Amino acid sequence: MELVCPAGTASMMRAAVEAGADSIYCGMADETNARNFPGLNFTPEELADAVRWCRARGVNVLFAANTFAPAGRVVSWQRSVDAAVKAGVNAVIAADIAVLAHMRDAHPNTRLHLSVQAGAATPEAIGFYAREYGVKRVVLPRVLNLTEIAELMRGVAVETEAFAYGGLCVMAEGRCALSSYVAGRSPNQGGVCSPPDAVEYRESAGHLAARLDGLMIDRYAAGEPAGYPTLCKGCFRAEGRDSHLFEDPVSLNALSLIDSLRACGVTALKLEGRQRGKAYVARITAAFRAALDGAVAGPDLLSSLAEGGRETSGAYKRGWR
Amino acid sequence: MELALGPLLFNWPADQTADFYARIADEAPVDRVYIGEVVCGKREPARAGALAGAAERLERAGKQVVWSGLAMPATRRERAATRDLAGASGGLVEINDTTGLAGLDGAPFVAGPLLNIYNESAACELMRLGCVRVCANVELSLEAIGRIAAACPGLEMELFAFGRLPLAMAARCHHAHWYGLTKDSCRFVCEHDLEGMAVSTLEDEPFLAVNGVQTLSNGLQTLDLPVAALQAQGVTALRLSPHLGDMVRVARLYEAYIGGRMDPSELRAELMAMNLCGPLVSGYLHARAGRHRAGAA
Repeated sequence: MELVCPAGTASMMRAAVEAGADSIYCGMADETNARNFPGLNFTPEELADAVRWCRARGVNVLFAANTFAPAGRVVSWQRSVDAAVKAGVNAVIAADIAVLAHMRDAHPNTRLHLSVQAGAATPEAIGFYAREYGVKRVVLPRVLNLTEIAELMRGVAVETEAFAYGGLCVMAEGRCALSSYVAGRSPNQGGVCSPPDAVEYRESAGHLAARLDGLMIDRYAAGEPAGYPTLCKGCFRAEGRDSHLFEDPVSLNALSLIDSLRACGVTALKLEGRQRGKAYVARITAAFRAALDGAVAGPDLLSSLAEGGRETSGAYKRGWR
Repeated sequence: MELALGPLLFNWPADQTADFYARIADEAPVDRVYIGEVVCGKREPARAGALAGAAERLERAGKQVVWSGLAMPATRRERAATRDLAGASGGLVEINDTTGLAGLDGAPFVAGPLLNIYNESAACELMRLGCVRVCANVELSLEAIGRIAAACPGLEMELFAFGRLPLAMAARCHHAHWYGLTKDSCRFVCEHDLEGMAVSTLEDEPFLAVNGVQTLSNGLQTLDLPVAALQAQGVTALRLSPHLGDMVRVARLYEAYIGGRMDPSELRAELMAMNLCGPLVSGYLHARAGRHRAGAA
């Protein structure tokens, strides 16, 4: 299976490639990609350099333009993918049918991947994107369990890429407006979930509160490690009971499921984390490289990755729902 | 400007559902009624009879009935029902997942608010496939809606104008999860909360509502702009989303608003007097956070 790793920056890209990535994915430094954080991503010139560097090492560059263009500004998304095609990327990853249609019409010879943000979770939906836009690979939504992936694979004629590690959307990707409801911007509208400039940590009465645009998303006792206030991992009150109602603050780890995903016919494994550090990306890439090469038994790698954070195999296992 | 009743998003018992639509058929001044289970395929079998009966009754009363498809079809049965929706209904359908686009074969359809249509190019693509109306995704501002409408002549534009906003869908059932169950073993606990289960912060500020696999806003969308401002941006219909309480009265208030007999502040005051399940919001229309209160500066 192909190992697809995040490249939030050029140095992260080099770290991922040196650790064993077969492909890297990256985006332009603007709101055309779903990790529009300050200090991340590439200019068109940096992207061209990155493509040259990767090509010399036999590594694919997958370019993500996977947010939804606001009305009246589609041309920015078109320019972004035009620049990427000019830079020589191996594929463009998109979700908005405006961007998919532009790729079909202007760049029919460039490989097109369907972003997870398109939320195509059935053979019918995937068939639609393949037929109408010539999509060659679909990044699978993290809503499917292994049985469903196996069944899906029997009904589709395109490649699939599955998330294997990193941040876990609890809601169906591309179908979540929680962040914009609270703070005005969301993955679809602005390329960001819980925009950093709306995040605030404030101490009061011996607790540290994590807030998003003033709204308390979680509260930590003194000395307790505080998480990022992502709405679907927050602690809330319903019917008088406090809980992480949507999901605990966990991340996805499907390292132990590699064989199952391979048996399903999944083409590529994707690691999430363009917003993380390059040391983190190097470590997870090396762990998955070793696992894919069959070099080390799973459990050892699992413990080397965990970093004290809590992990889940998410929707891949049936009981999660 | 047309008035439409959106699909019932909550898991109401079959008899309550039938009674609700009977009263809508007899009394509500709405032109169009969207009907069908959008949120969870598990709810479908128990309500199918009530909805089929309701559709007949609504049509007899002169309402246009539009069948709405599932937002996240997953099982074989759900996928087949979604794919075959247009053929089975024999009329106009509302598509809420790309799965539904696969089976249209050129038949006209409405793009529901749960499809990701954010710009004029995407809307034009859907028109090419037979889309005759878009109910705007709830994140869109009125300005964005206007740009889409201006670039897509002939496309009808519906605006989500009343009710808790559909914000997110998930594979996990949050309702079941809260009760210590899973989606597969859910015991239909979502039927305990007929307008969703309110979710508050630890400081007791309610802001979301859980409705099975769907997450809604706690606040109810309304309009705090003159109707002429909506018309100027190409809005041709308003969608009212079913809630408990007197939906016939809600429809009459919006009818008066459309007819120019009630200004937005009066509409708000009348709605607030109805003991709704949350505050009135309108932020998205103004390109702000969706929870921003209607009528606030």
